Amino acid sequence: MITDVVIVGAGIVGAACARALAMAGVRVTVLERGAAASGTSAKGEGNLLVSDKGPGAELDLAVYAASLWPNLVAELADELGPAFPPLEYERKGGLVVATTDAGAAPLLAFAATQREAGVDARPVSVADALALEPWLNPAITAAVHYPDDAQVQPVIATEALLASARGNGAVVRTGVTVTGATREATGRITGVTTSEGDVRADAVLIAAGPWSGEVAGAMGVHLPVKPRRGMVLVTTRMPHRVFHKVYDGDYFGATQSSDAALQTSSVVESTAAGTVLLGSSREQVGFDERLRVDVIREVAGKALRLFPFLAEASVMRTYGGFRPFMPDHLPVIGEDHRAPGLWHASGHEGAGIGLSLATADLIVAAMLGTTPPLDPAPFGLDRASLAPHLVGETAEPEGEAA
Amino acid sequence: MSPGAASASSAGRTVLVVGAGPAGLAAAKAARERGASVILLDSADATGGQYWRHLPAARPSANERALHHGWSTYTALHAELDRDPGCEIVLGAQVWAIEQFGAAPGATPDAAPGADGERTDAAAAAAPAPVAVHVLVGLPDGTARRGRTFRPDALVLATGAHDRTLPFPGWDLPGVFTAGAAQAFAKGERVALGERVVIAGAGPFLLPVAASVAATGAKVLGVYEASRAAALVRGWLPKPWQLVGAAKKGGELAGYVGSHLRHRIPYVTGRAVVAAHGTDRVEAVTIAEVDADWRSIPGTERRVVADAVCVSHGFTPRLELPIAAGCELTPERFVRIDEGQATSVPGVYAAGEITGIGGVDAALAEGEIAGHVAAGGSTRDADLAAAIGARRTFTGFAARIEAAHGIRPGWTSWLEDDTIVCRCEEVPYGRLRETREATCASGLRSMKLTTRAGLGICQGRVCGRTVEELIGAGGAPGALTVDGSPSTSATTDRRPIASPLRIGELAGRAPGDPGGPVDPHTITHRPSEKGHP
Repeated sequence: MITDVVIVGAGIVGAACARALAMAGVRVTVLERGAAASGTSAKGEGNLLVSDKGPGAELDLAVYAASLWPNLVAELADELGPAFPPLEYERKGGLVVATTDAGAAPLLAFAATQREAGVDARPVSVADALALEPWLNPAITAAVHYPDDAQVQPVIATEALLASARGNGAVVRTGVTVTGATREATGRITGVTTSEGDVRADAVLIAAGPWSGEVAGAMGVHLPVKPRRGMVLVTTRMPHRVFHKVYDGDYFGATQSSDAALQTSSVVESTAAGTVLLGSSREQVGFDERLRVDVIREVAGKALRLFPFLAEASVMRTYGGFRPFMPDHLPVIGEDHRAPGLWHASGHEGAGIGLSLATADLIVAAMLGTTPPLDPAPFGLDRASLAPHLVGETAEPEGEAA
Repeated sequence: MSPGAASASSAGRTVLVVGAGPAGLAAAKAARERGASVILLDSADATGGQYWRHLPAARPSANERALHHGWSTYTALHAELDRDPGCEIVLGAQVWAIEQFGAAPGATPDAAPGADGERTDAAAAAAPAPVAVHVLVGLPDGTARRGRTFRPDALVLATGAHDRTLPFPGWDLPGVFTAGAAQAFAKGERVALGERVVIAGAGPFLLPVAASVAATGAKVLGVYEASRAAALVRGWLPKPWQLVGAAKKGGELAGYVGSHLRHRIPYVTGRAVVAAHGTDRVEAVTIAEVDADWRSIPGTERRVVADAVCVSHGFTPRLELPIAAGCELTPERFVRIDEGQATSVPGVYAAGEITGIGGVDAALAEGEIAGHVAAGGSTRDADLAAAIGARRTFTGFAARIEAAHGIRPGWTSWLEDDTIVCRCEEVPYGRLRETREATCASGLRSMKLTTRAGLGICQGRVCGRTVEELIGAGGAPGALTVDGSPSTSATTDRRPIASPLRIGELAGRAPGDPGGPVDPHTITHRPSEKGHP
């Protein structure tokens, strides 16, 4: 019987799990070494996407998550009142386009497989695409409209989930570094050791995003999650001229690839504040956060292929973050078969904002023994696709330059 | 030493100097004397920096000498560099990014600079700086800015400081000027700000501003210094002989005091402008007595009719380029330097206000040392002795200015809930406070993204440190680097894109642009192309 849970990490996944567990009556303590929402959750665009995932377990999780967000936003608004900043949730829809003749057929074929999996994926003519996005480059060769793609302001969402968790009895402690686990003689984990003393728990949930491998390592287990860096460019405020999440079909290739080298694909969207965000890049360079001009040049160049008018817009800021990358592209959600009492909720790569709510529901069901909303098996650490990456775990510690 | 007498080690070295104020000009001159080729960049359309801001050559003024302390120093420095074929002065040059190369932070350095781990001047001089400096040259609003990228042997950062203004009710009304803007108008445009001008804030900078404003014909009603007499005594009196040592500085101050007497300007301590009033522009201000912590004392408020207010509460060093280059900062948030002005990054030097707010004489001395060492010289060289002595005399000034005039925490008592804190995004103080209470947020990034404070076009240059102080994140607990250690890199001073640029300019990557390491001894000059259609 799990009555006390420690969650390591106050990003959006930890926040969503904390709220869901606290509402289910569990005593929750969130431990965060920095500040809430100070890592990956603060470094992305706030994507809640179904459009970028092919049929499979992750798409099922995304479709389920997409169904949760509208209710959650309404609940949080009621619960937290008007003094709390709005989450800027917008079901603005996604428009995925091909920019080459060769890219058109694969884009449409991919959308067809998504439709079979239950996604609202609507092929539209170039003329209709231009009606949806009048400033789009008319030279596109194909387009698919995904009405269910949405956006949220991820930092506000994280803070709101944490505020709600606190309101339901959870304790959130920032500036506390988890340094290891306490165990009983059987090896079962009974809590954590921290920079501020031990904290006892029936279950310890690691939700530390790309740093989850480091936390797991401190507890003596290996987790093959690695940082995959991404850069976003932010323009100055401008009149609203980009209405959907617009991206080129290359994005699928980049998200589904394991290539460590730099990949960029264009993602362009407006924010409620009037800025336009240009993404995105993917590269495995460890936790190196230094600016690389060739990366942002490429992001800028590809954005212009979608929206030529942006050439005259000004970039005022860039930020980069580290996605928690799993070698088989699926998050890890559930108990660690090697260390009873230890649980994982990480490895969501670039989809953690959207998937956080669904992840929390799976964790609650597994911890409390209730019926899960969907099959959790594909996200287990003991899944077949991860086995090769867990072999030799003790001899081969994480090798990224940190 | 003449350029011809340079030692072999500095022959062919290229020193890039960013900032052509007093420190940058002195660095460029010293590096040339040591035999290096020099490129001197400044974003303005003239050299001189903020300190020696003057009328353009096309409409010269006979009055510059009277308006500028040390004007002859400036004209001599400028003239020497301007006629020197070994020094290229590039004006209208905006450094928009500095890229670091080499080992990732925290990793083992790929080459140990010295056998004993100590970096010597000679070792530092041997390796080229592991940075690329990306610059756009031309009018900021023009359509034809040219991109240039530099990989110099040594980089001297002399980016100076901008003045810091604390918010108070009405500070966003037209007619309220930062003292720096007032100084720029007075020195650069010779425009009178108003008929009845109040000058307020803290620090010795208020005096030259008052002098400049009075010289344009405006009536200066008074200079209101927030620090109380006791703090001024604490800052200035324990070591009065330092003022004698800093005779030039004493002379500069005496000049301003003389100007005050001439213009009959009252100088009042322990007073602050705590509100400005007016509908379309400022019509009056409230001046209140403040305690030692700058908290306004109820019952002391006095309303004064005025049509212009100049406020300055000190200076913020321009740190985005040193941070982008990877330079370590001190706990006081200046660039950490050694006795040769070398930063923590090999081949990168810093001089002037970014190492401590010390004024023009300290900047000139530091610039000379930085340029000399950057060009391959040593701090033990005899021809640097005078500069090292001068630096010792004048840098003591920085600590004393801070002790006497440093910002005290009680200023927040001036704020009302509707006082705008971030002007770009129009974020009022009340929203910051409410959001902080609602979220229990302790992280700077979270507060910025939740309230939008500091996210506007100025990128927190005006309000960044104010926001940090208001949410209690000044020392950066909660502001973290990726490895979780508290670090200044997550503060509002960090701006990887140091100035806005068009997406077309960014995307306009010319063929052959490596965007990465190139021959480290080559300076590459590349025209920028327009972006993809």
